Amino acid sequence: MGSRASTLLREEEIEEIKKETGFSHSQITRLYSRFTSLDKGENGTLREDQVNFRGFMRTLAHFRPVEDNEKNKNPPTTEPLNSRTNKLLFAFRLYDLDRDDKISRDELLQVLRMMVGVNISDEQLGSIADRTIQEADQNGDNCISFQEFMKVLEKVDVEQKMSIRFLH
Amino acid sequence: MEEFWAGVFWAMKIWLIMIISLIMIPAMFGFSLGISETYMTILMKTLKWATQKIQKANAEERAANNSPSNGLILRENGSMEKELGELRRSRPKPPVGGDFTLSDCFYFIRRGIESIVEDEVTQRFTSEELVSWNLLTRTNNNFQYISLKLTLVYGLGIFVRYCILAPLRITLACIGLSWLVIGTTAVGFLPNWRIKFWLSEWVHIICYRICARGLSAAIQYHNRENKPKKGGICVANHTSPIDVVILCNDGGYAMVGQVHGGLMGVLQRAMVRSCPHVWFERSEMKDRHLVTKRLKDHVSDKTKLPILIFPEGTCVNNTSVMMFKKGSFEIGGTIYPVAIKYDPKFGDAFWNSSKYSMVSYLLRMMTSWALVCNVWYLPAMHQQEGEDAVQFANRVKSAIAHQGGLVDLQWDGGLKRAKVKDTFKEQQQKKYSSMVVGDDSSSNSD
Repeated sequence: MGSRASTLLREEEIEEIKKETGFSHSQITRLYSRFTSLDKGENGTLREDQVNFRGFMRTLAHFRPVEDNEKNKNPPTTEPLNSRTNKLLFAFRLYDLDRDDKISRDELLQVLRMMVGVNISDEQLGSIADRTIQEADQNGDNCISFQEFMKVLEKVDVEQKMSIRFLH
Repeated sequence: MEEFWAGVFWAMKIWLIMIISLIMIPAMFGFSLGISETYMTILMKTLKWATQKIQKANAEERAANNSPSNGLILRENGSMEKELGELRRSRPKPPVGGDFTLSDCFYFIRRGIESIVEDEVTQRFTSEELVSWNLLTRTNNNFQYISLKLTLVYGLGIFVRYCILAPLRITLACIGLSWLVIGTTAVGFLPNWRIKFWLSEWVHIICYRICARGLSAAIQYHNRENKPKKGGICVANHTSPIDVVILCNDGGYAMVGQVHGGLMGVLQRAMVRSCPHVWFERSEMKDRHLVTKRLKDHVSDKTKLPILIFPEGTCVNNTSVMMFKKGSFEIGGTIYPVAIKYDPKFGDAFWNSSKYSMVSYLLRMMTSWALVCNVWYLPAMHQQEGEDAVQFANRVKSAIAHQGGLVDLQWDGGLKRAKVKDTFKEQQQKKYSSMVVGDDSSSNSD
């Protein structure tokens, strides 16, 4: 399993991923093994959304702990993928289903419905969504922008809650 | 030209005579000439030396990371209530309407990504990752050139395994299997005297012993006083079809399984001539009552050999024991649990049926160093008062997992091929909903 997978990933690619995400060499090869074992269709992508390995690594990079950046010998010139802002942006994009940089009432309802299943009525869910938007919305457009999102969550310890300790 | 062929013939004769006298005869009669013991000692010394060399070379890397476990990530297994409570600490609880915050999703995001990177179940369907390399190409994950000596030993290992050991083992396996077919058919012609049972057991054991030598198996049996007796059911964790060879080296069992075609079919038909095994047609397997009845009949006849069943229903990679299907525990006989644990340093015994066919699996087995395993016979268990089949199955599973040093999982081995049931997702949704609207059940209408 291991040796065959790592020969498909070229050294240059590993270096590029290292620079972009901050993962170490051995972490990247082990995550590649995991990616290939999840990729049942063996076409280099996962499921319908067609995530390839670079996309996979970029997503995982958001979850590296912020402290790990100090171990990096060559810090990236742009903001690292696992900064607080980028972590919040990742979460924001999970709510913002149509990628228009705003969380509308409908989008919030859809996500809420995914989380609670059939256990809460439409009316109650609707009032929860309304209340959430009301609390966050500052410019009165009945949607939550990224700035408003960040403001609501400014006291939350995002660095710790959205981090996973990767070994090796 | 003639002389060349004569020479080859002569060499093959010598080769066969050597095999028969040095390996087969001792195997048949159950004693050992000490050749395989010497091989194992040399092998262990070599692997230990190689491990030390690799570890010395990686010493600086190890000191920096200091991670004893083999995993990819360190999970923090806080419960949903605890984690969500911490996330919501930063805002006051609203008086009415429901307690939802935008930060709730962080819990699910993190748990989801953790599971995508590493989960308890899917890792059981691929070979175990070794802590340090054992000089086989197939387990080579992060090969970095360390020293010339190590590479030489590695190269020598390849030569020894492929050119010397593999042909030897293949010959032995062929001899063993043909002996099984011939022997059992021959015994099958005898009428049902007492001597038939004795002969049939003898034929079976010899051929399994030859097959075991054919895999360079070094098996250690523990607690043999608990060995399964006639009329009982032997239950074991399943790693590969070789489990059968391992267990049958130490006693006769009646097999249970589906009728196959091809080579397996020939073996099955031959075996059933000399002593009763329970083979099912594929259509019969679907009828659970029929299966249970046939097994019950077999068990109630106290002269028949104990049935060997693998309740996991599929091969798992020997680091854990997965859910035991309750069918075998409803038959009502005495259950004799057996724990089998292979040592992964010498060769990976797990059969990944989605990746390797039976033949390529066997070839891989024959080109590993050896097959070292421990078999523990556990004391017999009975279903207790007020215990249903599922609880009984779980009790037996825990005993086996505990003895073999394996992880005891509740998940179904069928997840190897099937998707997870939606009920699991619904459970989580229900739990989260109660955290959003509180325990006020009157508002939970839909």
